[in-house]
Amino acid sequence: MMNNVDTDKHFKLRKLKNKVFKYFLYFLSGLSIIPLILIILHIIKNGISAVNIKFFTSMPKPVGESGGGILNAIVGTLMLVTIASVMAIPVGISTGIYLNEHRKNRLSYYIQLSAEVLQSIPSIVIGIVAWIWIVLPMGHFSALSGGIALGIMMLPTIIKSTEETLKLIPHSLKEASLALGVPYYKTILKVLLPASLSGIVTGILIGIARIAGETAPLLFTAFGNPFLNFSITKPVASLPLLIFNYATSPYDDWHKIAWGASLVLITFIFTLNIFTRLFTKKYKVKF
Amino acid sequence: MKHSRRNIFVMFLSVLMALTAVSPASAAGQGETKAKNAELLGAGATFPYPLYSKMFDEYNKLFGVKVNYQAIGSGGGIRQMLSKTVDFGGTDAFMSDKELAKADGTILHIPTCLGAVVVTYNLEGSPKLKLTSDVIADAFLGKITKWNDERIKALNPGVKLPDQNITIVHRSDGSGTTFIFSDYLTKVSKDWKKQIGRGKALNWPVGVGGKGNPGVAGLVKQTSGAMGYVELIYTLQNKMPYALIKNKSGNFIEPSLETVSQAANIDIPADTRVSITDTDAENGYPVSSFTWLIFYKEQNYNKKSLDQVKALLSLLWWVEHNGQKYNEALEYARLPEAAVKRAEVILKSVVYNGKKIDFKQ
Amino acid sequence: MQELITSDNGSIADMQTENIKKRSNSFDAVASSHKNNMGAEKTFNAVLLIMGIVVILILAGILVSLFVESIPAIKYNGFGFLINNVWDPVTDRYGAVPFLLGTLLTSFLALVISIPFSLAVSIVLAEYLKEGWIPAILKSATDLLAGVPSVIYGFWGLFLITPIVRKIELSLNLPPYGVSILAASIILAIMIIPYSASIAREVIPLVPVDIKEASYSLGATKYETIKTIILKYSMSGILAGIVLSLGRAIGETMAVTMLIGNSNILPKNFLSLIFNPGNTMASVIANEFTEATGNIYLSSLVEIGLLLFIVSFILNVIGKRIIRKFVIE
Repeated sequence: MMNNVDTDKHFKLRKLKNKVFKYFLYFLSGLSIIPLILIILHIIKNGISAVNIKFFTSMPKPVGESGGGILNAIVGTLMLVTIASVMAIPVGISTGIYLNEHRKNRLSYYIQLSAEVLQSIPSIVIGIVAWIWIVLPMGHFSALSGGIALGIMMLPTIIKSTEETLKLIPHSLKEASLALGVPYYKTILKVLLPASLSGIVTGILIGIARIAGETAPLLFTAFGNPFLNFSITKPVASLPLLIFNYATSPYDDWHKIAWGASLVLITFIFTLNIFTRLFTKKYKVKF
Repeated sequence: MKHSRRNIFVMFLSVLMALTAVSPASAAGQGETKAKNAELLGAGATFPYPLYSKMFDEYNKLFGVKVNYQAIGSGGGIRQMLSKTVDFGGTDAFMSDKELAKADGTILHIPTCLGAVVVTYNLEGSPKLKLTSDVIADAFLGKITKWNDERIKALNPGVKLPDQNITIVHRSDGSGTTFIFSDYLTKVSKDWKKQIGRGKALNWPVGVGGKGNPGVAGLVKQTSGAMGYVELIYTLQNKMPYALIKNKSGNFIEPSLETVSQAANIDIPADTRVSITDTDAENGYPVSSFTWLIFYKEQNYNKKSLDQVKALLSLLWWVEHNGQKYNEALEYARLPEAAVKRAEVILKSVVYNGKKIDFKQ
Repeated sequence: MQELITSDNGSIADMQTENIKKRSNSFDAVASSHKNNMGAEKTFNAVLLIMGIVVILILAGILVSLFVESIPAIKYNGFGFLINNVWDPVTDRYGAVPFLLGTLLTSFLALVISIPFSLAVSIVLAEYLKEGWIPAILKSATDLLAGVPSVIYGFWGLFLITPIVRKIELSLNLPPYGVSILAASIILAIMIIPYSASIAREVIPLVPVDIKEASYSLGATKYETIKTIILKYSMSGILAGIVLSLGRAIGETMAVTMLIGNSNILPKNFLSLIFNPGNTMASVIANEFTEATGNIYLSSLVEIGLLLFIVSFILNVIGKRIIRKFVIE
């Protein structure tokens, strides 16, 4: 009799524990996305009033004068991302192909290791290196040095995504092409690459999303510029750099511009993210 | 058919090559063709940054010359000048003989304006406080920790001081403002001289660091009970209170254009490197200073074109003369006539390949 | 598993018809194109090889440059660099202890704060809610959280986290700095949740289904199964995720620089260890690199960069090793 009650109690307790645990996990998970909601709301609330056509088309005003826009920073960010892409995409894709084609090779092992280590280097350290490599010998800060720093950061992402996508392509596809007498390099360029295009593009977009918001490697490379600049040998502004400088200033006007710039930057990055996802979904084909 | 496929391959290759290898090379080529639309790069002190950003904005409207000045701190201005990564540097602390000796070439200074470093704070009601040098020194040494400390109370009868901790805010970066402030305290406080000394970056015993004058002002504004030091304009623009400081003659002086100019009313040496803190002037504000722009005497380095050098000299000349009219609106005192005369001589002494330069004045 | 991403299925068919057409056109053409192909193939392979080597060279170059530039500091500071606790550019004394400690503290605190959350997210996604819109939202949200730029975290933290920390400090009767080790740790924790959650999310489903089923068939509740089977089984993988997150946290620069208060003084007691401002290896570089006037000063900062590089390298290698071992098992 007694025993039965005990078991019953014990059983209930276990069930209760199970339930409590479940809801506790739900609670924690819910909590962990609250910062995201807060950040987005905060940026929208403070940023939306700063953003208008003029914000995109005009230049910053001198300290203490209200108004002004972020055209220089938008142009600068686009330039930096372009330079980085121009550097990282060809090297990254070629390396990805090499790794896929020579899987058991000793050199492949070292390339793979290098890509992994590159990925783990803190962004500020890459900034130092770009300063040593480009700024010192050139004698001045430049968009080029910032772009190269960002390119180095983008490279591992592209190598990895290319390699992984190529890995997923069935051998039969490649063999079919080779059996038809298509030369090896053409098989890669015209069969394997197109087949894995969406994966590679996704990798590129992820890479761009990763570097577009980077500030640390630009502090002593791209340096910032209150004027519009299209030359890659001159310093340029960038959105994250502008946000950093304006956010830490005491001026309310500048804070407002920084919130507006944050809104622009985060919209750009989230759009890339969403685009990436749609892209992957649309072109996902089962073999 | 065969051709078109090869073409694609060749295109792929050439794009690869062109994009990776050639881009730095083509970049180098671009720099030289752009000389006529001169762009000048400066970096350094945050203390005169509001003034410079106004001046250079106007200068761009007038002459179409873009002057990019990045406020990274005086230490940064000197560093970047030494590594020759900028056309000119800005600093509130004139370079020491030791620093000048490190440079690869002679570095010249010209003063651009006068400013005051003020002690600002965040207290309810923003009362106007009176402070003496030893109280300031002890607060920044961490010896006075409460706002209602007897010594602060004694100086400010009638002001209600809260029982609140003093949060010291100082600079995190190498700064001329720090140099001026510590130069003053070193002159007036033995403890300070022994423990801390003067410098652009100090080993602070207490407090938080903010980056640049804007960073410090931002932190003080955010932190109740904070005390920090910034350039006067930053407190005015942000409606922050500042303290009256007792000078050598025993008067409590409010920082202003007038009191700063009084402090600068002295003999200026030929190289313009002079400290005017702890002034003898009866109504001079004791934490005043010149701020300088620095540049090389020999301008032919890093393949700079003569046109670019001329553009730099014209700019500097303008800053010393017509540009001065922007000073007072932004609460920086104008340069005394004597200082401008010295600067003119210095600017005319700049050379390119060892030859004098004929620039637009 | 054989899911594939591809955009263009037609390419083979196209090639085929093209090839046939070409072949029937002329045999000579085949012979000459064969010759051309050999040459093109060689170039193609050479390009691939060169690009691969470029990647290695970049890494090697980074290491060499960092090392060469820190030689003056290594000579000047010696081993004392790692044990001296004074960083004073005025007197040319460079000890990295304040930054090592600051880095250790912020990363460690951030991990402690983030682990419950990231574990919860990954368990919920892997064991509780596998389909439907809630996990989809949770997944997207953590992905987006990972995409927010560091500088925006810092900006937001300045306005939302430092006031909270300041209130806590006031209630504990401490100086109300606001910007502090704690503030930096909180923002770091938020930043690494998605990262460690994504690793744990990959590891937890690898627990063999039969073990889980066995546990359920013995009458264990889900809670018991998770506690005794799943967490135990995937412990090494989760640990690896933590190590990798640590590697990430120590290199994080901007958000930390904005919130940590940039002070190089070593704290005197336990509370001030957390509530006082500090500096990390990354933040001191960000703050002082452009303005280091002396050569030894600059070189010492590069030495910190080298140190940071080595530490994150080691953490990364360890983390990945554990994960690889786990996946193979």
